[in-house]
Amino acid sequence: MSSQFPLCIPLGDAAILFQFSHGIDLAVNAQIQQVAFALRQRQPAWVRDIVPALTGLAIHYDLSMVPQDIEPATALSTLMTECLARRLPNLDKLARTITVPVCYDPSFGLDLEAVAEQCKLSIAEVITRHCASAHRVLMVGFSPGHPYIGGLDARLSVPRLTTPRPIVQAGSVAIANTQSVVYPWTISGGWSILGRSPMRFFNPDNNPPTVFSPGDRVQFVAISRAEYEQSLQTPNR
Amino acid sequence: MTALVLRSGLLTSIQDLGRHGLQHLGIVPCGAMDTVSHRIANALVGNDADCATLECTVLGPDLLFEQEVLIACYGAQFDARCESKALPMNRPVWLPAGSKLKLGAAVRGARTYLAVAGGFQTPLVMSSRSTYMPAGFGGFEGRALRKNDRISLHAAVSDLSQARLSRLSRRGVKSSGALRSVAWSAPSLTLSGAQHAGIRAIAGRNFDQFDAASQARFFESTWKISSESNRMGYRLLGPELQRTKRTEIISEPTCLGTIQVPNSGAPIVLMADHQTTGGYPKFGEVASVDIPELAQLAPGATFRFVQCDLNAAVQARRAMDHLVASVCQSIAWEF
Repeated sequence: MSSQFPLCIPLGDAAILFQFSHGIDLAVNAQIQQVAFALRQRQPAWVRDIVPALTGLAIHYDLSMVPQDIEPATALSTLMTECLARRLPNLDKLARTITVPVCYDPSFGLDLEAVAEQCKLSIAEVITRHCASAHRVLMVGFSPGHPYIGGLDARLSVPRLTTPRPIVQAGSVAIANTQSVVYPWTISGGWSILGRSPMRFFNPDNNPPTVFSPGDRVQFVAISRAEYEQSLQTPNR
Repeated sequence: MTALVLRSGLLTSIQDLGRHGLQHLGIVPCGAMDTVSHRIANALVGNDADCATLECTVLGPDLLFEQEVLIACYGAQFDARCESKALPMNRPVWLPAGSKLKLGAAVRGARTYLAVAGGFQTPLVMSSRSTYMPAGFGGFEGRALRKNDRISLHAAVSDLSQARLSRLSRRGVKSSGALRSVAWSAPSLTLSGAQHAGIRAIAGRNFDQFDAASQARFFESTWKISSESNRMGYRLLGPELQRTKRTEIISEPTCLGTIQVPNSGAPIVLMADHQTTGGYPKFGEVASVDIPELAQLAPGATFRFVQCDLNAAVQARRAMDHLVASVCQSIAWEF
């Protein structure tokens, strides 16, 4: 990280974005996650949200709670400098490992064959490499619990589909470029689908309500069609 | 204590001041589109600011209150009636048991907030009662109200609400349609109508990526709110905004009021139910002080943007907060 970073960019009068890099870099993103943990320990009462993202971190605040003599951008920049000057918390200790069962059955893995062809690998190798990659949640956003997962094996890098699908079923596990995703909701999408997970990725009654949090490690585990069907029957999954 | 929905209206949902602290999990605060009106509606019935209200959009619902109730409608002016009587807006109103309230159509503004003493009672979901319709949680079963829904009202009301309720109910006949109100009303703060000065906007993080003509056009043009607008975002019709280079933008956090411009060149202003992150260029950010006023503009309405710097936006917002607090204080004194 060069000394110009993090850049402090106000997003209107309700948030500050601290940008740590121009492109996506796994080491920088890990540092963003560490900073997010450190900031949470020391956040002023007027800060509402700390949102670690792919290349930066946003701090949302409630201006009506900010004392008159405090200028949010200055106060948050000082806080950021203080956090960075200290030893940051160890992400490997704070992060959880989320195990995600995936059924790579061709009826779910609609693009498995095409991906294998593009990468010049067998389907079995694609699955092995997807499960063996050191995945980490870089950001959760777009919709509740929707993870942006980095760390995909470089051999599996494929561009986005030329024509996005109008409907991608919830639970679908997909890849594009250097990332993986698990769709918590049925939406449209242009990523290559490798399989489907029977997990429920968002439940408003759980605490936290989402399976993925930023910084979590993700371990995909291949399951059979029978195991997939059985998991669907599990109550309160 | 319940209210029965006889007719749903166009889009009626339970809202409060939002669920905060969960944006890192992709969960947006949501909540009332016009938080100033929501706050004052609550103040008018003696509630705390975060009690749940009904956000009624453009065409309001018909409701049957089975018990006597203290209500207030604040925000957009609606052609509201209770039985044969016009319902006065912006003030506390006592309705006897069995009253049928027809909120009617908006005459000015887009959203009115119906508050009841004690607040609407739905389960707290992640510490809020706000309805987040895109994912179907919060509020009443995670959706807009429908005919025959029966919404609970908190039986316990504040001392302030009880005092007002007793004073109004003591007077005169208690038959349905015999609503009782007060002689004063709260001033409208978020309806600027035709004469409004414009919605203040601050240049955004990607403002420099747009060509000079687009930067100028944005503040010179009249914008129309498209019919495809909703609580997630307002799509604006007007001149196209062009970027000088179309570099891919990495998805990053967005805010309430972010003005993003997809490749079509037509801006979208992110509103209460917006996505927490997005990959479109950010042309600007609406000053938070003007979000309530923008929320009162319905599809088809036109307005202009006025450029403003961050410092001016902060000052204006602080002044508005002060004004809202003093209006709420005067209402409490009237009780």
